Amino acid sequence: MEAPLNTSKNKYSIIVPTYNERLNIALIVYLIFKHLRGVDFEIIVVDDGSPDGTQDIVKQLQKVYGEDRILLRARPSKLGLGTAYIHGLKHASGNFVVIMDADLSHHPKYLPSFIRKQSETDADIITGTRYVTGGGVHGWNLMRKLTSRGANVLAQTFLWPGVSDLTGSFRLYRKSVLEDIISCCVSKGYVFQMEMIVRASRKGYKIKEVPITFVDRVYGSSKLGGSEIVEYLKGLAYLLVTT
Amino acid sequence: MKHIVKIITLLMVIATVWVGLLQTSTIPRSHTWLLPIYCVVSLGCYGLLMVGVGLMQFPTCPQEALLLQQDIIEAKGYLKQKGIDVSVS
Repeated sequence: MEAPLNTSKNKYSIIVPTYNERLNIALIVYLIFKHLRGVDFEIIVVDDGSPDGTQDIVKQLQKVYGEDRILLRARPSKLGLGTAYIHGLKHASGNFVVIMDADLSHHPKYLPSFIRKQSETDADIITGTRYVTGGGVHGWNLMRKLTSRGANVLAQTFLWPGVSDLTGSFRLYRKSVLEDIISCCVSKGYVFQMEMIVRASRKGYKIKEVPITFVDRVYGSSKLGGSEIVEYLKGLAYLLVTT
Repeated sequence: MKHIVKIITLLMVIATVWVGLLQTSTIPRSHTWLLPIYCVVSLGCYGLLMVGVGLMQFPTCPQEALLLQQDIIEAKGYLKQKGIDVSVS
């Protein structure tokens, strides 16, 4: 049994962007409540007009857990991840913000270790890394691992980012820090995640890493397509020149 | 200082060293001219090596998939109890 977290003065706003995550959002909410007992937090679901009834499920969850703990801040259509975070941020009342995926690849059981690491080191950003001992990935074939590793080596060689996992999107930010960097990021998709962490690094924010395990999407279809390599290289070149 | 400026500065330092080597002829000239190519190729090889090593040492966590399945069962049980129906209609 872990020691209780001393988070008496902190509130954590957990922003979860969703699109067609009817099942996953309910599972994730349950797991967050399970692992963050005794912590002051709120979950902000930013749903982009899911046709599968995700918002109905969220409303039902609100009845069970309370409307002050689960905020539904929906948008009319798919408007992208970056703007989803900005939208969620506007409604966040905590002094810390967690961003995570709704598809269960990010497991809420790591949230206490994020919080603990932040209070131990007084870091501005805690980022989950899949690529160190203690972390890991499941459900990736050889090709996927190869592209991930290749992308990482390229990024480390050219960008010197100071973090081991650039494209990860399971992070804890001090709210003021997130507001600062998000306003200068312009990329889309996972390059956006890279841009956030690289800009934060350039600005001198204190970034610490926590190993996390990543189980690739269990339910639903992954939104990863095929032209990602080109997008990635373009993103890398852009970051090389502008950060 | 922007990152690209750092990189360009580094390249300029390397270029200066190279030109210096060319002029002082401490290494036979024929080798010196090819030095940049050697460097680029070495960097490429090192990169490939890093990719290969990383691939072999890629941390995996098959047990996590099982734990996740257990969590999902637990969560579904609780949700059903609370009357939340998540089945796809």
